[in-house]
Amino acid sequence: MLEHVLVLSAYLFSIGIYGLVTSRNMVRALMCLELLLNAVNINFITFSDFFDNRQLKGNIFSIFVIAIAAAEAAIGLAN
Amino acid sequence: MFPILVFRDTLGLLLLLGLDVSAMMFPVVHIGDIDVSFLFVVMMFHIQIAEICEEVLRYLPVSGIIGLILWWEMFFILDNETIPLLPTQRNTTSLRYTVYAGKVRSWTNLETLGNLLYTYYFVWFLLPSLILLVAMIGAIVLTMHRTTKVKRQDIFRRNAIDFRRTIMRRTTDPLTIY
Repeated sequence: MLEHVLVLSAYLFSIGIYGLVTSRNMVRALMCLELLLNAVNINFITFSDFFDNRQLKGNIFSIFVIAIAAAEAAIGLAN
Repeated sequence: MFPILVFRDTLGLLLLLGLDVSAMMFPVVHIGDIDVSFLFVVMMFHIQIAEICEEVLRYLPVSGIIGLILWWEMFFILDNETIPLLPTQRNTTSLRYTVYAGKVRSWTNLETLGNLLYTYYFVWFLLPSLILLVAMIGAIVLTMHRTTKVKRQDIFRRNAIDFRRTIMRRTTDPLTIY
């Protein structure tokens, strides 16, 4: 179970990097950036679920990543 | 549209993992805020849909096969217990054990996150609030350009007008009609 979710997150991450590098449109680049942050969040949360049951450090860090992603998406779209 | 589908996939995945609070935060933030703002931007820019509809038919065989494979794999997960009308059957002879420690007294997901977030990591909690405040101000400043005419009063000029000179300048009496 663990490795499947991690493979999925790595797959999403690679798709996000590919889309971010090869996109000329700025809106598409921002969407790929959100995809990257989403893949990273999945990674953190699954690791914190399987290894860190007492202190959910990965889970909490992903909360902050979501907040920062929302902030930079707002700024990036305002441009 | 596709980022919405991706975020819904992560939502389902996290629900399967049993993390309910973090899974519920994803659609609230990602789909609700970011995807809606992306939709606004796309609507404003008039991205041409006519080009996309022409090329769909070329991509249909490969994407159709992939779609059918994914749809077929869904039946491995849904068994007769969840939806009782599907023709798949899961082997019910595998042993199951219940962990009783979780049924006696256990924390919910929300409790654990709150326990850490507000006590030990409260500084980190306050810091993204500041970052979000800066982002809000930045978004307002970036979109407020000078062409929007906002009625403002120049206070210093208003205080400097001498009222005796501006009001009492009239010399003719308006009531007399010649």
